[in-house]
Amino acid sequence: MARATGLADRALDLVMALFEAPINAVERLIGKGRMPYLFLAPNLVLFGIFTFLPIAIAIGYAFTGGTELLISHRPFVGLENFRKLLTCDSYLVPGSCEESLFWTAIWNTLWFVGFNVAATLLVALVTALILNRAIAARGFFRAMFFYPVLLSPVVIGLIWKWFLDRNGLLNVFLQMLGVPPEIFLLDVGWSRFFVVVVSVWFHMGFYTLILLAGLQAIPKDLYEAAAIDAATPSRTLFRITLPLLGPNLLVVLILLMIRSVQIFDEAWVLTNGGGPGTANTFLVQYIYQMAFAGDLRLFGLASAASVLMGLVLLVLTLVQLRLGKKAES
Amino acid sequence: MSGNVSAIGFFTRTRRAGRIDITDILSWLWLIGGTLAVLVPVLWAGMSSLKPEAEITRFPPTLLPRAAVQVQVQGFDKPLSLWNMTVDGETREMAMVRRIGLKAQMVDPDKPGKPVSVDTKSISPVQRLTVATENYTDPLTRFSFLTFLKNSVFVTFVATLLTLIVNALAAFALSKYRFRGDKAIFVLIISTLMIPLTVVMVPAYLVIVGVGLVDNLWGVIIPTVASPTGVFLLRQYMLTIPDELIEAARVDAASEFRIFWRIVLPLTAPALAVLAIFSVLWRWNDFLWPLIVLSSRENFTLQVGLNAFQGEFSVQWHYILAMTFLSLIPVTLVFLFLQRYITTGIAGTGMK
Repeated sequence: MARATGLADRALDLVMALFEAPINAVERLIGKGRMPYLFLAPNLVLFGIFTFLPIAIAIGYAFTGGTELLISHRPFVGLENFRKLLTCDSYLVPGSCEESLFWTAIWNTLWFVGFNVAATLLVALVTALILNRAIAARGFFRAMFFYPVLLSPVVIGLIWKWFLDRNGLLNVFLQMLGVPPEIFLLDVGWSRFFVVVVSVWFHMGFYTLILLAGLQAIPKDLYEAAAIDAATPSRTLFRITLPLLGPNLLVVLILLMIRSVQIFDEAWVLTNGGGPGTANTFLVQYIYQMAFAGDLRLFGLASAASVLMGLVLLVLTLVQLRLGKKAES
Repeated sequence: MSGNVSAIGFFTRTRRAGRIDITDILSWLWLIGGTLAVLVPVLWAGMSSLKPEAEITRFPPTLLPRAAVQVQVQGFDKPLSLWNMTVDGETREMAMVRRIGLKAQMVDPDKPGKPVSVDTKSISPVQRLTVATENYTDPLTRFSFLTFLKNSVFVTFVATLLTLIVNALAAFALSKYRFRGDKAIFVLIISTLMIPLTVVMVPAYLVIVGVGLVDNLWGVIIPTVASPTGVFLLRQYMLTIPDELIEAARVDAASEFRIFWRIVLPLTAPALAVLAIFSVLWRWNDFLWPLIVLSSRENFTLQVGLNAFQGEFSVQWHYILAMTFLSLIPVTLVFLFLQRYITTGIAGTGMK
C-alpha cells in the first residue's frame, strides 16, 4: 500500500510540477479570489460535456426520427417516438403493443426488480444480522461475502455460464442426486431464476456492508437495557434492531431498486444477449439494441426510452435523498 | 426454552461464554454455506481452466485436470492413446491402434506385435494429472489477449490518475474557499449522481462522435474522469484539514496551486487512496461504455474482448475460462491486500 501510494504521489508530483508555472501565471492575472473557479473548471467542463449536454441531447433526439447521426439532418417528429413506445392495446400483453420489444423489456425488468430487490434485501439483512453477532472469524466472512462485488460483470457472467453449462458443476450435483441434467440457460424459467441468483450473488456483499454499518451504529446500551428487562429476542429484534435500522433499510431498498432497473452487463453475458428468445431482455438492453446493435440506428426511439427510464430513476433518487436526509437526522 | 430456538432468537442472541446453542450452529451454517456459494463457482472455473480441450466437456467431469496419455509405439507413425485393459484378471496398459464400432484393436506398447481385438466396454483410458498451460499461453500469443490487457491497463491507469487530479482540484475549491455560487456548484456536481450512464449512454455516444473519439481509448477514459463520488469523498475529507495551515502558507506567499499540491493534497492521501482503489476497480470492470465506444478489435479492453471471445468461440471454454481467470487476478490481489480500505470507503460514503 505504502509503495503504491508512494508511486502515485511521485506521478502526481511530476504532473503538478509541469502545471505549476502556468497556473501561477494565471493566478497573477486573475487574482487569488478567482482561483477556485479555475480549480473547478476541469471538473465542470467534463460534467457539462459528458453529463449535462447529453441530457439536453437525449431530450432533443427523443423528438426526432430517422437514422441520421447529426441532429440537423434529423426530421422533427414531435411525440411520435413516445407515442410509438406507449401505444398498447393492453399494457399487460407486450404482443399487443406497437413496440412490443419495449414492453417485453419493461415487464422483464419489473419482474427482475421485484424478485431481485426482495431476494437481495433478505439475504443481505440476514447476513448482516449474523455478522453483527459476536461470531468468530467475522472479518473473514465479511470479506468473503464482499469479494464478488469487486469482480467484473463479464467475468461473473462467464463464470456462472460455465457453472450452469450442460457439463457444468450444477449438473454434476444434480446427477449425483439422480436428477437428469438440464440446460438451464436455454429454459425460460430457469434462466430468469438464475439471472436473479447471479445478481444476488454479485451484489449482496455491498448491501450487507451498508446494513452492517447501520447495525453497528445502534447504541449497545439499548441492548443492555433490553437484557435487564428480560426482553425476548423477538421483542429486541422488532422493537430495537429493525426500527433503528429502518432508515438504513429504506435507503438500501431504494438504492437496490435504482440499480436493479439498470440491469444489463452480467445478464447480457450470462444469457447470450437476453435469451432464450427475449426472456431476459431488459430495458437497458432494449436501449442499447435500438441505438447501437440493430441494422438501423434508431437514436430517437432509444433516446425516448432513455428519457422515460431517466424519469423513473429520478423519482426513485429523489425518494432516496429524502429518506437519506431523514436517516441522518 | 423453546423461544430461544425460534428464528428470531437466532438473530438477536449474543453468545454466552462456554455454550453453543442452535442459533450459533445456524449462523455458522449460513456463513459457511455462503462462503461455499461464493467460492465454488469461481474455483470451478479456475479448475476447469487448467483442463485440456478434450477433457473440459467430459461429463461427468473430473475435479482435477487430467489428460489421456499418449505413447509412441514402434511401427506406428502417430502416437497412440494408452488404455487400461484387463487380461486374465491382470490389468495392463495397452495402446489403441484403431477403433471399429464396439471393438478396439490394442497392442502392447513395449512388445508391439499383432493387435488383439477387444470390446471397448472392457477398456478405460489411462489418465494422468496434466495442467493444460496452453490454455493460458495460447491466448497470450495467438489471440489479441495481450492487446486487450494493454488497453485495459492503459485505460485504468490514465483514468485513475486524471480522476484523482480533476476531482481533488474541484474538492479543494469546494472545501477551502468561499466564493459566489460555491453551494450551487456543489449541489450541481452531486446532482449528477442521479444521472446514471444507462440513461445518457445514447447521447453521450453522440457527443463522443462529435468530438471525434469514437473507437478511441480516450473516448472511454475522458467521460469517466469527473466523478461526483470522487468530489464528495475528497471534499468531506478536505473539510477536516485545518484552515490555519493554509493561512500560514499564504503568509509565506505560497501560490494557491502550491498550497493545493504541497499542503492539502498530501494531507488528503488516505481519501485519495480510497478513491484510487475505487477508480481502478470501476475502470478495470467497465463494460457497457467501452462496448459502445470501441468498435475495432485492437482497441478492445479486456472486458469487451472477453465478451467478444465468448461470442466467437462459443465452445472453446478452455480458452475463455483461462482468460477469464487471468482477468480475475488483479482484482483478487486488490481485494486481498486492500479489502479494509474498500469496505471502510463504502461504509463511509454509501457508494461504490
